[in-house]
Amino acid sequence: MPIRTVMKANEAAAWAAKLAKPKVIAAFPITPSTLVPEKISEFVANGELDAEFIKVESEHSAISAVVGASAAGVRTFTATASQGLALMHEVLFIAAGMRLPIVMAIGNRSLSAPINIWNDWQDSISQRDTGWIQFYAENNQEALDLILLAYKVAEDERVLLPAMVGFDAFILTHTVEPVEIPDQEVVDEFLGEYEPKHAYLDPKRPITQGTLAFPAHYMEAKYLVWDAMEKARKVIDEAFAEFEKRFGRKYQKIEEYKTDDAEIIFVTMGSLAGTLKDWVDKKREEGYKVGAAKMTVYRPFPVEEIRALAKKAKVLGFIEKDISIGLYGAVFIDASAALVNESERPLMLDFIAGLGGRDVTFGQLDDALRIAEEALEKGEVEKPIHWIGLRKELL
Amino acid sequence: AVRKPPITTREYWAPGHAACAGCGCAIALKLATKAFSEAMEEKYGDPNAFAIAQATGCMEVVSAVFPYTAWKVPWIHVAFENAAAAASGVEAAWKKLGIKGKILAIGGDGGTADIGLQALSGMLERGHNVVYLMYDNEAYMNTGIQRSSSTPYGAWTTTSPPGKYSIGEDRPKKWVALIAAAHQIPYAATASIGNPFDLVKKVKKAAKVDGPAFIQVHCTCPTGWRTPLEKGVEIARLAIETGMWPLFEIENGDIWNIKIQPPGGGAKVYKEGGRVVRIEFKKPIEEYLKYQGRFKHLFKRPEAIEELRNQIKAMWKVLGVEAILPRPEE
Repeated sequence: MPIRTVMKANEAAAWAAKLAKPKVIAAFPITPSTLVPEKISEFVANGELDAEFIKVESEHSAISAVVGASAAGVRTFTATASQGLALMHEVLFIAAGMRLPIVMAIGNRSLSAPINIWNDWQDSISQRDTGWIQFYAENNQEALDLILLAYKVAEDERVLLPAMVGFDAFILTHTVEPVEIPDQEVVDEFLGEYEPKHAYLDPKRPITQGTLAFPAHYMEAKYLVWDAMEKARKVIDEAFAEFEKRFGRKYQKIEEYKTDDAEIIFVTMGSLAGTLKDWVDKKREEGYKVGAAKMTVYRPFPVEEIRALAKKAKVLGFIEKDISIGLYGAVFIDASAALVNESERPLMLDFIAGLGGRDVTFGQLDDALRIAEEALEKGEVEKPIHWIGLRKELL
Repeated sequence: AVRKPPITTREYWAPGHAACAGCGCAIALKLATKAFSEAMEEKYGDPNAFAIAQATGCMEVVSAVFPYTAWKVPWIHVAFENAAAAASGVEAAWKKLGIKGKILAIGGDGGTADIGLQALSGMLERGHNVVYLMYDNEAYMNTGIQRSSSTPYGAWTTTSPPGKYSIGEDRPKKWVALIAAAHQIPYAATASIGNPFDLVKKVKKAAKVDGPAFIQVHCTCPTGWRTPLEKGVEIARLAIETGMWPLFEIENGDIWNIKIQPPGGGAKVYKEGGRVVRIEFKKPIEEYLKYQGRFKHLFKRPEAIEELRNQIKAMWKVLGVEAILPRPEE
């Protein structure tokens, strides 16, 4: 029987790792994700998890050790956030290029400067081009489930790419919520034993990994990473379907909420989806035709799902906790690209919100709604990007 | 009767790699992998019971150019600064997989003394069952001869050019073997292609200890040092004989019981209580410098050679040895 209990997302991530039975874990403490390796080291210390836990001296070495272990042929796990993830950046490309199905938990946190330990998605969004699959959790249960799903997808022969699961700093990492811990046997059946067919370091079958590729070969290696990510779309859907069958919880790349008759639909990720759905309920009572959508998978970008969503809305607004300085928020940019060849498109707006842990309030969502309604009324967008919740008196 | 060869004829670093003609580091890796294999055979009964994790650098780019490989042993390259971390991961995985054997991490002086120093320290401190071999050709040769912290005083490199305001490299060489020993690891040593028997012995010793070991191997680089292709081993031997390259072993960080190998070349070694305390070198360091284009300019700057001599003496003092370094006229 699954155990129903309460825990923080960090603990849920550690539990997910325990259930997946990785053989090597390497991690370095960083706020807000420190509790993940703490909890895992407890599991290892108590003999509840039979793994080597490498207490590395940096996040760069954490991911490097995990790459080494994964290349040697075992299931691996690590966790980090923010500056730690930025420090890993170089090796993230390598993990994907070497086709290693590493899974990593991210306590989504802002990037310096100014130094700030609170939530936004800039850390993992900034890794979007590395070749890692990216999931974002709305709550602690999702944090646990998506880590199991990340292994399922990453290790699929058609994919063989690393995957990260993001959950919001403090809002989830440090907040206790009800979580159902699945049965070990069911997880074992779902994930199976990890048996590498391509990545191993076995004296009986010596192979060379991590070679130099000249221009004659480099581009094909990169193409295959891109192609594997494309193939991951289908694999993710299959994994979601199997997960629902085994565990009874349904996941979708984009989960819609009250969108069927909506004129204005707001899209977001992570814990903000919870706030947004609550707010939509309130606005519906007030008579507004608004809907919400939660993006659970950010890489591969859910192109088809965004197109389907766009067909329903007159205005599509993105509320995102990241900014690509010099243009717009990354999710908005990507969604725009997904819709670029559509003959009919909704008006599109980007709302930058909640950076560095600023609370995203109903008031701020009301501001976004006003801007969306104005665009709807005029039938055009004057300015696509709006920072909501800015303290103008400080500027 | 056929005499047994002094070292196994098995090759792990196969012919066909793309190293420069006369590459001293290629000699180091060829010998080191053979020695490692012998140690594995003696310790685990399996000569193939090892894997290599290697840093980006000369010996990496010349040995694994897709779709070819020079490696007849499981081998992984991840990046420049993380060979020790990657090796830690491989070692941990082998523990869980129940594969008996040892991991050999390899990095150049840039990948070890500079950008990889942190990962190295972490790996040593955590006690992984890994031998780290630093092939020290005393500059960033793969990127085209830039100074590293392991470049000796006075040497020309493309980023330490001699000029009106420069004598060349202006800092003393950093000795990573001593830093490694400070981690109180079971075994830290220096070696050189100039003394292949000593190199083989030390690699075997390092491979057989339980826990981390470190060896800093002096390797000539004709391309970067501006030396004749055929003189690599001879020049490396001169480094030992003139006092420029000390050969030592430190077990468990016990610097007070450092073992110093006699340099040869007519040097007189004095011991007290079994410990080397004084070496009177016969050959002046100029004997070593004169073959090398990277030191050519020093011969017009005798004060720089004097400074180098003083630094070498200071280095020997750290090892507990009074070094008497002759001048050419003496």
